[in-house]
Amino acid sequence: MPMFLTDEQVMLADTARPFLADTAPVAHRRALRDADDERGYAPDLWRRFAEMGFTGIVADEADGGLGLGHVEAGIVLEEIGRNLTPSPFLSTAVGAVTALKGASEPLRRRHLPAILAGESIAAIAIDEAARHRPHHVGLRAERSGNGFRLSGTKRFVPFGHVADLLIVAARTSGAPDDVDGITLFAVPGDAATASPRRLADASLAARLDFADVQVDGDAVIGEVDGGRGPLDALLTVLRTGAASEMLGLANGAADMTMAYLRDRKQFGQAIGSFQVLQHRAAHLYCELEVARAAVLKAQQLLDQGAEAADRAATVAKGMVGFASLLAVQEGVQMHGGIGMTDEYDIGFYMKRQRVLAELYGDSDFHADRLARLSGY
Amino acid sequence: MSDDLTAFRAETRAWLEAHCPAEMREPVRSDKDVCWGGRKARFSSVAQKQWLDIMGARGWTVPDWPARYGGGGLSPDQAKIVRQEMADLGCRTPLHSFGISMLGPALLRYGTEEQKLEHLPRIARGEIRWCQGYSEPNAGSDLASLATRAEDKGDHFLVNGQKVWTSYADQADWIFCLVRTDPTNKHRGISFLLFDMDSPGVSTRPILLISGYSPFCETFFDNVKVPKDQLVGEINRGWDVAKYLLGHEREMISGMGTQGGAISLSKIALANLGAEADGRLADPILRARIAQFDLRAEAFRAMSERFLDELKAGKAHPAQPSMMKYTGTELNKQRYELAMAAGGSAALEWDSDESRQGAAARAWLRTKANSIEGGTSEIQLNIIAKRILALPGA
Repeated sequence: MPMFLTDEQVMLADTARPFLADTAPVAHRRALRDADDERGYAPDLWRRFAEMGFTGIVADEADGGLGLGHVEAGIVLEEIGRNLTPSPFLSTAVGAVTALKGASEPLRRRHLPAILAGESIAAIAIDEAARHRPHHVGLRAERSGNGFRLSGTKRFVPFGHVADLLIVAARTSGAPDDVDGITLFAVPGDAATASPRRLADASLAARLDFADVQVDGDAVIGEVDGGRGPLDALLTVLRTGAASEMLGLANGAADMTMAYLRDRKQFGQAIGSFQVLQHRAAHLYCELEVARAAVLKAQQLLDQGAEAADRAATVAKGMVGFASLLAVQEGVQMHGGIGMTDEYDIGFYMKRQRVLAELYGDSDFHADRLARLSGY
Repeated sequence: MSDDLTAFRAETRAWLEAHCPAEMREPVRSDKDVCWGGRKARFSSVAQKQWLDIMGARGWTVPDWPARYGGGGLSPDQAKIVRQEMADLGCRTPLHSFGISMLGPALLRYGTEEQKLEHLPRIARGEIRWCQGYSEPNAGSDLASLATRAEDKGDHFLVNGQKVWTSYADQADWIFCLVRTDPTNKHRGISFLLFDMDSPGVSTRPILLISGYSPFCETFFDNVKVPKDQLVGEINRGWDVAKYLLGHEREMISGMGTQGGAISLSKIALANLGAEADGRLADPILRARIAQFDLRAEAFRAMSERFLDELKAGKAHPAQPSMMKYTGTELNKQRYELAMAAGGSAALEWDSDESRQGAAARAWLRTKANSIEGGTSEIQLNIIAKRILALPGA
C-alpha cells in the first residue's frame, strides 16, 4: 500500500474538511464553553455525523456500517482536531465500535444500531490513576449470580458522564498489575456514578465510581480473564485515533501561525520575512510532516491487520506529541501578546493539545514503551 | 496484481537468500565494508566483489532503471520489494555510487540517448566511479556564483578553475561538473559537463578533515579539453540539471545512517552498561534519550517511505528533498552523539585494532558534515520557507 491517500480517501477529506469547518469551527467550542455546557458536545452535530455515515465509519458493512478503515477514520479525526470540535467520535465511532467487533452477536446487536443511528454515545474507561498506565487494572469484577459485580474507580473518561455505553477494563482475577485476569465489559452508562470534571481545555472528563454494580454475564467482550489482548488492540486503535486528532490540531495551529507571520507587520515589514522566524516555521513544518507520516503508517498497518500496528501507534502518538507541542508553543510565541488572550483562538489549541497529549499516553509514556518493545 | 507482487516477493527473497554471500549480510562496521566500484576499485573481500558482480549483472544495483541502461527494469512496487527484502535479510548495499544516487537520475532526465547508453550501464555495474564538481572556494551556499570557466573552442570546451569538497575526487574516474559558460548571467550562464579525471590538466589534492580521513579533495582544472558532446542538457541551462541532481543528492545524504546496517544505540549502550533486572538499560537518562531518538528515527523512516512513494507516483512536492535532507541529517548527527555517549571511553579510541582504527569516533566526526554538504541545514530551511510555506521575502 503506497503511503499516500487513495482518490476515494481524498474525496472523503474533501467532504469532511468543509463539513467540520462550517458546522463546528473553534467558535463552536468557544460557544459551548461560554454557555457552561454540561454535556461536552452538541447532540445536533452528532446527529449530523450519523447522517453523514461517520458514526459507522469503521463498522462492518454487515452491521450497517461503512466498512472503511482507520485511514478514513483518521481523516475525520484530523478535521475534528483542526477545528477543536468537541465530539464523541473517537470514543464512540472508533473506540466502542472497535471494541464491539470482538463482542458476541447479541451484544453487538444491542449496542451497534443505536451508535450508528447517532442515538447512543460511548465512553472508554481504562485509566485509574493520574498517569496513563493501562495495564494497572484494579477495578474488580466479581462473579455474582449470572453476571458480575463491578466495584472500583475509573478516571479521565471523556464523555463518561453522558455515555449510554461504557467500555470498561476490569479485573476478574489476580492482582492490579498482572498480565492475565483482565476482562473487557460493555455496560450501560448508568452502571456507574459519574462525576464530570471540567479540564483546562473546557472539555469534560468523568470520574466513574462503580459501587458493587451488578452487570449481566453477557456484557463481557471476548473471554473472561482474556481481556489483555482485546484491551491492547483497542488501545492501538485509540492511540492512532488520538494521534490523528492531534495531527489535525497541530496543523490547525501551524496554519493560523503561518497566516499571522504573513499578515503581521513590525519594523515596516511582515514578521514572516525575518529569517529567524522563517527557520523556526520551516523546522515546525518538517516536524509536522514527520508526524503525518508516522500517523499514516499506523493507520495503514491497522487496516492491514498487521501486528506492527501496535508499535507504529506508539511511534505515531509519541511523535505527534512532540510535533503538536512545538506547534502550539511556537503558535503562542509567534502571535506575541495576543497569543496570550482568551479572545484569540491559538490559546485554545494550546490547552487542547495538553489534554490530547495525555490521552492514551504522552510522548514520555510512548518513548518508554518503545524502549520496552525494543528490549532495553 | 497483489498476487503477482506476493509471488515476486517470495522469488526475490529466495533469490537473495541463494545469492547474497553470508559475509555480505553482516552489518557494515567501517568504511572498508563499503563498496564503491570503479577502475581503481579496492575490494576488501572476495565476497564483496562477488556481490557487486551478481547484483550488477541482474541490474539490481539500480532495480528501477530501465533494463537497456543496465537496470533491473522493475516497477516502483517491485523495486520497493527488492529494497525491503534486502533490508529484511540484512543484505549490504552492493554498490555505493554517486553515479547511482546523483548523476544517473539527472542523465535519465536530461541526457541524450547516446549519453545514457554510454554512461548508465557502466554506473549500474560499478565500472566507473563518479565525483561531483559543484562547490568552489567562493561558491558554497551561494553555489550559482561559481566561476570555473568553460570556453567554447569550436569542437571542445576549454575548462579552467578550481573545485573544492569534491568527494573522493582522487579515487574517481569521471566527474560531473558545473562550469561557467556565460559570465554575464548568474543562473543562466552555467553548464553541466562530464569528463574523464584522467584528462590532461586535471589534478586533485586531498583535504585532511577532523576525522583524520580525507574523503574530500580540492580539484584543479588547467586547460582541460572536454569534447562538446559531453555537455548534458542545453548550454547555459546547467542550473536546471544541477538543481534536479541536488534533489537526489539531498535524498541520498538524508538516508545516511538510516538504511540497512544502521547502528543500534540500545545495543551499544546495553553492551557497555548492562541492564536492570527487568531488562531496562541501567542508565535511565541515557535510556530516555535513546528512546526519544528511536521514536523520532522510526517516524522519520515513515516519512522517507512516504516521500519515496509520492515521488514514484508523481505526487511529490519539489521541496520534499530539502525536508528529508534537513530532518535526516540533523537526526543522524544526534544518532552519533548518542553513539558516543553509549560507547563511553571505548568510543574515544582513535587507532587501536579493537576500535577498528577509531571507527566510532571517526564516524561521529564524519556526520558533522551531513548538515553542511549538499546544501546546509540553513539553506534547506530557506527553501522550505520559500517554496512550501511561501513566507514573504523568503
